[in-house]
Amino acid sequence: MTQKKQIHLAAHFPGVNNTTVWSDPASGSHIEFESFRHFAQSAERGLFDFLFLAEGLRLREQGGKIYDLDVMGRPDNVSILQAMAAVTSHIGLAGTVNSTFNEPLDVARKLASLDFLSGGRAAWNVVTSWDEFTGENFRRGGYLPKEKRYLRAQEMLDVAKQLWDTDGGEFDIHTDQFDITGRFPVPRSPQGHPVIIQAGDSEEGREFAAASADAIFTRHAEKQAGMEFYADVKGRLAAHGRRHEDLKILPAATFVLGDTEDEAAENARQVQYQQVSPATAIAFAEQVWNRDLSDVDPDGPVPSFDPKTEDDVDSGGHISKGRASVRQYRDPVATAREWRELGEAKGWSLREVVIAKNGRHTFVGTPQRVADTIDDFVQSNASDGFVLVPHITPGGMDPFVDQVVPLLQEKGSFRTSYEGTTLRENLGLAPVRALSQS
Amino acid sequence: MTFHLAVALKDTGWHPAAPPGDVLEPDFWVSQIQEAERGLATLVTLEDGFARRGLDSVLIALRAGPVTSHVGLVPTVVATHTEPFHVSTQIATLDWVTAGRAGERIKVSADPAEAALFGRRDPSSETREGLFDEAIDHVEVQRRLWDSWEDDAEIRDAATNRFVDRDKLHYIDFVGSHFAVRGPSITPRPPQGQPIVTALAHVDTAYRLAARCADLVFTTPDGVGRDGPTGDAATTLRGVRSAEAEIGRAEPAQVLGDLVVFLDDDATAASTRWTRLDGERTLRSDADVFAGTVDQLATKLEGWAAAGLDGARLRPAVAEHDLPRIARDLAPELARRGLTRTAYEADTLRGLLGLAKPADRYAGVQS
Ligand SMILES: Cc1cc2nc3c(=O)[nH]c(=O)nc-3n(C[C@H](O)[C@H](O)[C@H](O)COP(=O)(O)O)c2cc1C
Repeated sequence: MTQKKQIHLAAHFPGVNNTTVWSDPASGSHIEFESFRHFAQSAERGLFDFLFLAEGLRLREQGGKIYDLDVMGRPDNVSILQAMAAVTSHIGLAGTVNSTFNEPLDVARKLASLDFLSGGRAAWNVVTSWDEFTGENFRRGGYLPKEKRYLRAQEMLDVAKQLWDTDGGEFDIHTDQFDITGRFPVPRSPQGHPVIIQAGDSEEGREFAAASADAIFTRHAEKQAGMEFYADVKGRLAAHGRRHEDLKILPAATFVLGDTEDEAAENARQVQYQQVSPATAIAFAEQVWNRDLSDVDPDGPVPSFDPKTEDDVDSGGHISKGRASVRQYRDPVATAREWRELGEAKGWSLREVVIAKNGRHTFVGTPQRVADTIDDFVQSNASDGFVLVPHITPGGMDPFVDQVVPLLQEKGSFRTSYEGTTLRENLGLAPVRALSQS
Repeated sequence: MTFHLAVALKDTGWHPAAPPGDVLEPDFWVSQIQEAERGLATLVTLEDGFARRGLDSVLIALRAGPVTSHVGLVPTVVATHTEPFHVSTQIATLDWVTAGRAGERIKVSADPAEAALFGRRDPSSETREGLFDEAIDHVEVQRRLWDSWEDDAEIRDAATNRFVDRDKLHYIDFVGSHFAVRGPSITPRPPQGQPIVTALAHVDTAYRLAARCADLVFTTPDGVGRDGPTGDAATTLRGVRSAEAEIGRAEPAQVLGDLVVFLDDDATAASTRWTRLDGERTLRSDADVFAGTVDQLATKLEGWAAAGLDGARLRPAVAEHDLPRIARDLAPELARRGLTRTAYEADTLRGLLGLAKPADRYAGVQS
C-alpha cells in the first residue's frame, strides 16, 4: 500500500495581531516563559513539525501614537527559541529574522548555534522590512532604500549559506552589500543549513522561494487559491534544478472547534466579535481611510465620504506605521466603496463589515469536519500542510492537538511519532549538500 | 555581606592545553553551569567574541536558563559589532526566561580580524577611547530600552479595548555619535527591571567604562593588563573607586577579583599540572594564576575580602578537573569560614547581589 501524502503542521505562537483574543479569561501571559513552554510542549505533544514566531522590530503606531488595542511586546526570536529547545526534544524552532537590520556573520552564527544547541531543529524565516520607521531603532537607520532591501535579503541568505558551508573555515566574500573575510567561528551544524522559510507573495518572493527556500509561508489558505498558488510555485522549482518535494507550501490558518457544526459556527462568531472590538473596527477603517475617524460610530454605517489618497503609503505618509497590511489597500477608494456596498446590501454596521472583511476563520467545525477539510486540502495539493495560529495564548493549540490530531492520524495522513531527529528530516527534506560538493 | 563566588566559563578551561570536549553540545554547557550552581555560585560568565571558535554565548545562557534555577547567567556581548536594540531584547529575553537571573558582560573589540568579519568599519581609523565611548552608549541605549515599558504598562482594559496604557510606553530618543535609537523596546521591561551589566577592567580606560555603566566589575589583582602590572587587590579596587569618584557616581559598583585556578589535594600536584600543560602550550593570562590546595585558595580569598573586594571570579584552568573542585570542595570551605552563602537566599541575580529592583527612569514622565 502506498502511503498517503503526509500533512505537515506548524504552530504559530499567537502574537502582535488582533487575532489574539487577550480579553478572554483563558488568555495568559504572552511574555512569561511559562507561556512559551506550554505552547511548545503542547505542539510537540501534537507531533507538529515546528513552532513559528513572527517578528516586528518596532511597536506599531497609528495616527502618530502607539497602537494600543492589540497584544504587543515580545521576546527576541532566536533567544526564546533557544530557551524552548531546553524544554522540548523534537519540535523544530523557526524564527523570523529580518535581513535588513542584521549582519550575515552574526545571524549565521546565531542560527548555527541554535542548530547545535537544539540538536538540529533550527529554521529561519527570512524577511526584509519595507519602511524607514523600523530603521529608526538601528544603527543603519533608514539609509537602505526599499529596492536594495530585497537585494540585501537574497545576498544575506546566499552569504549565510556560504558561511555555513565553510564548516568553520576561511571565507572571503565580496558582494554588492558585503565585504567580509575571515574564519566562520562555528563548524557545520547538525542540519548543515538551518531550514529556510520564505514568507511573501510577490513575483520576486515566489522566485526567491523557488530558488532558495525549503518552505514557504503563505496567506493562501482557501482551497482554490491554494491550488493555484501551489501549482505556480511548485512549477517554478524545475527551472532551479529542484524537485517537487524540495519546497513545502504552508499557508497560515486559524481554526475554531465545536461539538456540533452549529456550536462551532457560534464559537467562531463570538471569537470574531472579540477580535474586532468597536475600537478595533474604527482603527481598521482608519487604515483604509487614512485619517482620524474617532468621531465615527462603529455600530453605525460605513462612512459615506472617501478615503484620503494623496499620501504615498510607502514613503511614510500613512496613518498606520509598522503594519504590513496597509500595503493591501493600494486602492483605498475602491476598498471603501466595496465596504459601503457590502454594508448597505446586508444592513451591516461598520464593525460588522470589518469583521466580514478581516475576521475569516479558515477551519470551523467539529474536530471531524476540520480534520476532513485539512486532509482534503493537502491531498488535493492546495498545500503541504498549515501553519496554525490559535487565538488564545498559550493554551489555544491544546484542543486541536487533543481532538483533531488523532483524527488526522486515523486517516493515515499524519505521523504517529517523529520520524527523524532534525527538522529537515521531519519535513521530509533531503540533507543539505555543501555548495562546494554540489 | 556575602563574599561572591563567581565562575568564568571558557571552552574546556582557561588553559589553552586543557583537553578538548564537546563544546558544541548543549550538555557540555548545561552540566558546567549546573556544577557552578551546585557550588552556590552567584553567577557564571560565558566568554565570547566573534573571531573565536565556538557558539554564541547569549544562546548558551538561554539554553541553560530553563534547566537551572538560581545561578546568575552572564554571557558576553561585544558592543563594537552589535546593535544595542537587538542586545537589549536578547538580554531582556534571558531575564524573562530565567525570571530575573540575567546579566551581560559588555566587551569592546579593537581586533581587526573581528572587524573584517563584519566589513563595516575600518579599525585603523578608530581609537581605543572611541570604542569605549561607543560601548558606554551601547549600554545606555540598552538600559533606556529596558525602562521604556513601565512595569504596569500592560493593562488589558476591556472597557476601553486597550491592551496597554500607551502613556506608560516611552520613546528613548537616544542620539550618540555612533547610533540613534528611537524606541520603545519591543520587549516589556524585564523582571529585574535592569539586568546586571558587568565589565572586565585592567586599566584606566576600562575602569572608566566600568564606572560609567557597570553594576559589577571584574578586576585582575596581581595580574598583567595591557599597560603592565595591575597591582594588588586593594590597588585594583582603588582604580575602580577613583574612576567612580571622577564622574561623581553615587552607588559604587561591586568589585570581584579574577583568578585562574589549578586546584589539587596538594600544592605540588597543582603546580606540576600547570607546568605539564604549559609544556604543550603556554598559558598567557591577564589574571593572576593560582595553583594549590582548597585551603590555600580559601585563605587567599579571605585576604581579598579583607582588602575590600566583594568577591572572586574564578577561572578554572581545566574545566572538567578544576570546576568540580571549586563547586564541591572550595565552596563548602568558603561557607565554613563564613565568607560565602550556605544556601541561595534569593531567586534573582539582583537579589543574590543584594541590589534592589531600580525604579523606572520614565515612570510618570509624559511622552
Ligand atoms: C504569512 C506571512 C507572514 C509574514 N510574517 C512576517 C513577520 O513576522 N515579520 C516581518 O517583518 N514580515 C513578515 N512578512 C512580510 C514578508 O516577509 C515580506 O516582507 C512581505 O510580504 C513583502 O514581500 P512580498 O512583496 O514578496 O509580498 C510576512 C508575510 C507573509 C505572507
